[in-house]
Amino acid sequence: MARFLSPEAFGASSEAMSLLPLNLERIGTNEYLVSNMVGDFIRLTGDEINKLVDLRMIPGDGLYEKAYAAHLITGVNQKAQRQVLAARLRSRMSFLGQVTPLHIFVVTLRCEHSCPYCQVSRQSTDRSRFDMSEETAHRALDIAFESHASRIKIEFQGGEPLLNFGLIKTIVSAARRRSEIVGKGVDFVIASNLALLDDAVLEFCKSNEILLSTSLDGPAELHNKNRPRPGGNSYELAVAGIRRAKEVLGPDRVGALMTTTEASLDRVDDIIEEYLNLGLDGIFLRPLSPFGFAIKTKQYQRYDAGNWLRFYEKGLRRVLEINRKGTPFREFYASLILTRMLTDKPIGYVDLRSPAGIGIGALVYNYDGSVFASDEGRMLAETGDNSFRLGHVTDDNYKSLVLSDKLVEAISSSLTQCAPECSTCVFESHCGADPVYHHATQGDALGIKPLSAFCSRQKRIMRLLLDILDNSPADAAILRRWAGS
Amino acid sequence: MTLQLFGTATHCVGLNSGRDRSVIRLRTLENCPGETASDFAVVRTPTEFDRAKSANWKSFFFIGDETGECLLEPEIGRRIISVSSQFDYLADGDIVGIRHGSRRFRTLFRRNSRHNSFLVTERCNNYCLMCSQPPKDIDDNWILDEIRESLPLVDPSTRSLTFTGGEPLTDWRDFVTVLARCRDQLPQTAVQVLTNGRAFSDSEIVDAWRGVNHPDLIAAIPVYSSVDHIHDHVVQAKGAFDETILGILKLKDRGQRAEIRVVLHALTAPTISETCRWIARNLPFVDHVALMGLENTGFAIANDALLWIDPMDYRDGLAEGVDGLIAAGVNVSVYNLPRCVLEPSVWPRAVQSISDWKNGYVEECGRCIEKDRCSGLFTSGRPRLSRGVRAVAP
Repeated sequence: MARFLSPEAFGASSEAMSLLPLNLERIGTNEYLVSNMVGDFIRLTGDEINKLVDLRMIPGDGLYEKAYAAHLITGVNQKAQRQVLAARLRSRMSFLGQVTPLHIFVVTLRCEHSCPYCQVSRQSTDRSRFDMSEETAHRALDIAFESHASRIKIEFQGGEPLLNFGLIKTIVSAARRRSEIVGKGVDFVIASNLALLDDAVLEFCKSNEILLSTSLDGPAELHNKNRPRPGGNSYELAVAGIRRAKEVLGPDRVGALMTTTEASLDRVDDIIEEYLNLGLDGIFLRPLSPFGFAIKTKQYQRYDAGNWLRFYEKGLRRVLEINRKGTPFREFYASLILTRMLTDKPIGYVDLRSPAGIGIGALVYNYDGSVFASDEGRMLAETGDNSFRLGHVTDDNYKSLVLSDKLVEAISSSLTQCAPECSTCVFESHCGADPVYHHATQGDALGIKPLSAFCSRQKRIMRLLLDILDNSPADAAILRRWAGS
Repeated sequence: MTLQLFGTATHCVGLNSGRDRSVIRLRTLENCPGETASDFAVVRTPTEFDRAKSANWKSFFFIGDETGECLLEPEIGRRIISVSSQFDYLADGDIVGIRHGSRRFRTLFRRNSRHNSFLVTERCNNYCLMCSQPPKDIDDNWILDEIRESLPLVDPSTRSLTFTGGEPLTDWRDFVTVLARCRDQLPQTAVQVLTNGRAFSDSEIVDAWRGVNHPDLIAAIPVYSSVDHIHDHVVQAKGAFDETILGILKLKDRGQRAEIRVVLHALTAPTISETCRWIARNLPFVDHVALMGLENTGFAIANDALLWIDPMDYRDGLAEGVDGLIAAGVNVSVYNLPRCVLEPSVWPRAVQSISDWKNGYVEECGRCIEKDRCSGLFTSGRPRLSRGVRAVAP
């Protein structure tokens, strides 16, 4: 009978080991969170960290196995550990292969609502001044179809885009014609408060497979307080619109977004209940952004990152409870982050990517023909800051816009991969650059991250999710189902 | 029951004396005689012998004792092989390889089986602690010739064929030509190759594999751990883990199909949940993962003390592992384990995987309502029964 060798014969000495890139953060007196190059997490003690970094491990001691399986070490002559990391990193970053998949058309800045938190600084009058012209729309389409993505999404924004429904119809039919000619797929979304939704609009959406995205801030009195309009019936119209759209277009063809105001902070359960009652499959718990009227009317300053995170955590736990009781329902921001943490699917979500999604993720064509690197970029311009205005549809083409010095500078100066604080952050793989936010709050695309509410929100949410994943098996199983689907 | 797949013929006369072996195909009398030179008429009784003769058959394959007297009728140009009634299962379309001198033969293909596999070589660069087909360092390149002779005789409507070893890629240039013949001669037949995958770390080999352009080919590759030295210990080859993982990456990089197989024993089963999570995280693009109960045969018997673990002792970890793979969208199956030792959550993934010729049940199974859907047990080697084997009650 053959002779078999013992386990020791297959071990490696520390000279034969090599450390792979890792980030770490102390999270307790003797506990560290450690992440590898693609953001897989393990927890180690201080003693283990020291041994790992000094390569004082031997196969069989438990630490070697933990570190090897987590791609923190490799044999110096091995290739597979590095190649697995390379393949995964390639997959995670492959959203970069689809350049500018999103094109936002601000078909009008007029709106019949007068929300104090309006981030786009809507206008109430003067059709001629604040509606996009047909000529501008066609030039914008030229640019959109020049982008390199194999499939593009055209999103109609406002103001209230349905106030210029005629132009939407023109753009949709022109875009469909071009799509057929050049073989580039095109999807459509209308972001609307649904107050003006009627059968004609629904019929048009149905025959052109257009998605609707709307705002719903919670129960009637909260929603109507946040979103005033003549008649004080914003909530009633939004809810009726959602119901009607689900009926006509299909249950998954209308989505709602909420915005958190000071008045929302202690009402997260009611807000979620509202979404559940409407038969929506989840909720996106969103903080206010520091743009437009939200700044002017001082809405933005009314709560800080800490208030919002308490609101978010309470909401997330409520959503988990709903799932535990048998109703599948998601918190969409957690879903996005979990997809990044638990899979290598390429998530091009604008706030969660580096290189940032400005310009190369989305372009915004404003009603007056100016082109912006992001929706937030045009919001800044409405209050006088043209930092993210890349050009104008009459003077520019796709190439001159995305290769503009302004855009290249903003993207390259904000890369988390090499930014102070970010490059060594244990959460870097799952985070994003968000240069417009940092420009708006700190006057600098990169920003000082310890002063950034974006940074503290990201870190706290990821820590919360990791805590649930590691310590609450029933909730962890629910969160895992949200990842990647 | 266990089918006897090889033996010694009682007679072997009239076969080509210029060669030392032949590959023959069995045909019933309903077929025309000698469609190919390899066809033999199956004869079980003297009456059948008479019918075969009058139908002008010249080549006869006698099965059982009743045909003894027929052998007394030698005739020039007649070819006769005779085997005992143990081989009564042989039927129309089956293929047998026989050595003329020693009269030793082996059943190479059974048309009615879903589990046909060709052993390609007994040589291997791994030496797995639980190998069911212990490798031998011998010159057995003739086996590839035998396979090349067999392929044209295989029923073209065969759904799947497996190539196993040893390591089928040991003589990879020759083996790739066999795959090319499968592609041309059996275009409807899915081909599975059980390989340790190490050869694919060589770009030349993986490119040759891809170059075959087979329409339905998969490499089934064992990975025993997420940690190098544990895998290397199981396969008794230092550096194997690195080559195997690299091989899987290169296959997938070239758009080739790959399955990961994990054999469950005391060195792999206690960490199966972690291994599955690691696969889900690092190799979610593989086409299939098979988590496989151990067949207690070959080296597994010699290493019983090192390898035996009752499946009940890894039941929870296995369920967790399966769950994790499913959540990651990985197609996973559980092989070779009866339902009674598996968590019911795993049942939809539990496959009747044990080859028909070595598959059986125990008395307890007679009372089980899941029996028709269950893998049952191995009858080969020295079967060990889990303490969890128990009839599932309605």
